[in-house]
Amino acid sequence: MIDRRSLIKRSGAAIAGLGAGMAAPSWRAFAAAVALPFENGERPLVKYPQKRPMIGLTSRPPQLETPFAAFNGKVITPNDLFFVRYHLADIPLSIDPNTFSLEIKGKVDKPLKLSLAAIKRMPAIDIVAVNQCSGNSRGFFNPRVAGGQLGNGAMGNARWRGVPLKTVLDAAGVQRGARQVTFNGMDGPVLDKTPDFVKALDIDHARDGEVMLAYMMNGADLPLLNGFPLRLVVPGYYGTYWVKHLNEITVIDDVFDGFWMKTAYRIPDNDCNCVEPGTAPKATIPINRFKVRSFITNVADGAKLRADAETMLKGIAFNGGKGIRHVAVSTDQGKTWAQARLGTDLGKYSFREWQLPVRLATGAHVLKVRATSHGGEVQPMEPLWNPAGYLRNVVETVRVTVGSGASS
Amino acid sequence: MKRSTRLALTGFAGLLVGVCGSGLLDVSAKPISYKLPNETAAFRPGPNLEAVQNNCTACHSADYVQTQPQGAKFKEAFWRAEVTKMIKVYGAPIEEADIGKIVDYLTQTY
Repeated sequence: MIDRRSLIKRSGAAIAGLGAGMAAPSWRAFAAAVALPFENGERPLVKYPQKRPMIGLTSRPPQLETPFAAFNGKVITPNDLFFVRYHLADIPLSIDPNTFSLEIKGKVDKPLKLSLAAIKRMPAIDIVAVNQCSGNSRGFFNPRVAGGQLGNGAMGNARWRGVPLKTVLDAAGVQRGARQVTFNGMDGPVLDKTPDFVKALDIDHARDGEVMLAYMMNGADLPLLNGFPLRLVVPGYYGTYWVKHLNEITVIDDVFDGFWMKTAYRIPDNDCNCVEPGTAPKATIPINRFKVRSFITNVADGAKLRADAETMLKGIAFNGGKGIRHVAVSTDQGKTWAQARLGTDLGKYSFREWQLPVRLATGAHVLKVRATSHGGEVQPMEPLWNPAGYLRNVVETVRVTVGSGASS
Repeated sequence: MKRSTRLALTGFAGLLVGVCGSGLLDVSAKPISYKLPNETAAFRPGPNLEAVQNNCTACHSADYVQTQPQGAKFKEAFWRAEVTKMIKVYGAPIEEADIGKIVDYLTQTY
């Protein structure tokens, strides 16, 4: 059976080897590769500065996926395991926060150029919020689609500290007729002809008091690959809007027509934001809020559990900002469901932990987990499809075997 | 910033860092000079490899190709669409004569 989580290929063998009293393998071999559970899912484990070993998707520009085990028992994702996603290879590698500045311009009364120190002197807010790549879990799409072939690890939950975007926009004085705000970072394309990575939010969204210019993550500076020294945090929205190395904000009186809004990161404009697999949507809109999701984090697919013992199933759930109402777990392939106990509420944008004790008879079991948001949104039992491979949120399945001789 | 405030903030950050296991304890934001690891992925040997190396590697590493879905459904049409996207969307200056070579290489090699 294929492990639906990232299976650390050589480490599995290494652990077995140690258990059997064989010669200990080298640590280098231990951390060499993983196999994401889809065709052509072999990936190197790579070590970057400020990061622990992560799943390497691409090296230039860097894209790093969080090993799924990092979510086991951790409601906050550590900075040094937080996923990394760039689009364009000219990324800033030398940054002096003392000379860094953020420009606010366009349809404002008073254009501003703010130093990082000036931003840090403004009243700060803290928000715990999930950041998730639009294409998280794209590798599981059927039929497969082009793009970054990610497992489930292009997501993370952090406590962000910074200044509400509203504070800065108010200081600049947004003019009547403003419709959107655009965001540009220090990273850019290698070729002049490649569209620079610029994103836009509607003016009301930009001024909601929660969209944030963040300079800290889990109590520390942002890691460089997560946007040092300043990034946009758009709680509840897919990561494409969370512009890194943010240094240019422009208020416009139009709808932004740059490539990364008008052409890329679009989803079908219908109720499910989905189409028949293999077909194209009639109309599209920019991707926006997260779909509700949940995961079992402490039992991997293919795990063997002990018989005659209670197993505490644990996991996480999140959605696009309504918060999680309940999480249901099935141990019989979805026929019956039991409600899990929710953990501490860290806010409506955070991972919400859940747990449920189960006692399983000897044999094979199919576990499923399904979250419902306070908005009434429920995860679908069957996957929805769109051509770009975004928004995956199907009810996850974990297969386990319970046997008297098995160990967890 | 007043000294007392600074100490308090540092203590707070230290606590969080301790809890979260992050390596950075720095509220004053010192300059960063970051060294990316060397690229290890390489394009596989195949026909017209040179055309691929000349046209693709300026903007991205070989793993962008290596990690795409593989199999019967991801052959000539799939790769032609990708090469066309690189030219039309991302502005890759690929000469007409090289387009077919690159598509051939990708189709035969991946």
